[in-house]
Amino acid sequence: MNSPSGRRRQVWYWLLLLPFIGTLFPSWYASDEPELWGFPFFYWYQILWVFLSSFITFFVYRMTRERE
Amino acid sequence: MSGNEETVGGGIETIMVNWPALVIFILFFVFVTVLGFVAARWRRGDLGQLHEWGLGGRRFGTVITWFLLGGDLYTAYTFIAVPALLYGAGATGFFAVPYTIIVYPFVFVVMPRLWSVAKKHGYITGSDFVKGRYGSRSLALAVAVTGILATMPYIALQLVGMQAVIAAMGITGSGLLGDLPLIIAFLILALYTYTSGLRAPAMIAVVKDLMIYITVIVAVIVIPLKLGGFSNIFHASEKAIPSVILPPSGYLAYSTLALGSALALFLYPHSITGTLSSSDRRVIQRNAALLPAYSLVLAFITLFGYMAWAAGVKTTDNTSAAVPLLFLKEFPSWFAGFGFAAIAIGALVPAAIMSIAAANLFTRNIYKEFFRPGCSGQEESKVAKIVSLIVKLGALVFIVAMPKAFAINLQLLGGVWILQTLPAIILGLYTRWLHRWALLLGWAVGMVMGTGMAIANHFASSIYTVHIGGVAVSIYAAVWALAANLVVAVVFTWVFRALGAKEGEDETARADYETGLGATV
Repeated sequence: MNSPSGRRRQVWYWLLLLPFIGTLFPSWYASDEPELWGFPFFYWYQILWVFLSSFITFFVYRMTRERE
Repeated sequence: MSGNEETVGGGIETIMVNWPALVIFILFFVFVTVLGFVAARWRRGDLGQLHEWGLGGRRFGTVITWFLLGGDLYTAYTFIAVPALLYGAGATGFFAVPYTIIVYPFVFVVMPRLWSVAKKHGYITGSDFVKGRYGSRSLALAVAVTGILATMPYIALQLVGMQAVIAAMGITGSGLLGDLPLIIAFLILALYTYTSGLRAPAMIAVVKDLMIYITVIVAVIVIPLKLGGFSNIFHASEKAIPSVILPPSGYLAYSTLALGSALALFLYPHSITGTLSSSDRRVIQRNAALLPAYSLVLAFITLFGYMAWAAGVKTTDNTSAAVPLLFLKEFPSWFAGFGFAAIAIGALVPAAIMSIAAANLFTRNIYKEFFRPGCSGQEESKVAKIVSLIVKLGALVFIVAMPKAFAINLQLLGGVWILQTLPAIILGLYTRWLHRWALLLGWAVGMVMGTGMAIANHFASSIYTVHIGGVAVSIYAAVWALAANLVVAVVFTWVFRALGAKEGEDETARADYETGLGATV
């Protein structure tokens, strides 16, 4: 089932590692500053990743979408 | 999902019965009850078959699956315990957010494989798959028992969430009378799950989620306005608790809690049930992109813990009361009642799915496998219905008769236990390299080690510290146990191969994991 075009498409799956890298190292974001709308960086940064992760997942879905 | 470091305390102080809140609460409760019974007629199928009763006929599309999984994963206990953890322990409690971020890319890649192989071979549970993949009844039994053990206290904890809101409306009492509302709610739940199967929670989940979204959107706008903005909320919390920003000593614990919980979430039987009930593997992938909407809601619900501090809610001996008390303080009573109803109905959906999932496991992988190998589909479905009743009754007795702390401790253990089925289920979706006996041995080591760590901690924390070369490494106990599990599984695969131990028969083929793909792939 893994034809060359299928394999090529699955390359996009690597993008899905980004949310892990972005959120699993608190040393990068465990700080007060810069604040945004009263939120310390620690909080708004992680909330931002909720959106980023969803977009990335949707993008990978579009790029690897299996035909009907 | 749950707050892994929930602190436990005494009862909520007795307040006068809040009638406006109570009336609204009962109104919505009655509405979903009717819905639960009507659900049996929805997308009608032969409810005398297990895959119809227990998987809704594998017919749920993107939208229903979204509501179902959302209702399944984000439970009443979540809404009470996660903010309670933030309220009590500060930044650590926010781990639920990265946890629910990374779980979906993982689901996107892994779960369609399980869906495909399950559809092809008629698997209903994770244990079904393990038996087919490894040809090992003992490994399949281990997976089934782990699933049931991890689910039971989780169901019980849904009752804790319900108890917290019922108490906040002023209904308190001692003895059996005090537990009466809870008993009635659960009996109703038990009856419509019995008649409608998975269709009932799927339908109720839609109502529950709309109510949760309304509550959270209103709360996020109204409460900060009343409390002088988010800036004030964070500053007030900094004065009340030490670590609003995660301290360096907590980094590893934070990320391993997030990672371990994310890897464990879709090993829970109720998550597998929710996944397998979808109509198409693409439904799962679309949902992996759409379910983060709930994570966003969860992030704000978590922050209710800080809003409670800013609003002057003081309940450090019973942090579970933080959110209900916040609602009562900041909302008019009728809207607090609406929010409470959302939380209580939020207990019904996962409790129903969890009891269905546990019943599927028992029926398929214990009853049919070991006691009645030739039983008919009719009998299978009948047994599952009865077991789902027993499971819920057990959870009820558990909560009414035992101290609440016991259920919380067991739920904490449940997270550690369920992660030990990862090598057999998740790695099994990709490779048959690991030997079935090595997997069983690894599972046993992980179970014993994880349980030992929790006991050594006196259940006060799910973080376990190991000293490696003079450096204290504090990480989530489930992750320690999983590491040991994997090492044992790999080492003993070599050993068993060298000894020439028999491999089990694999009834699945490589292509089974990708069926549902188009012709070009």
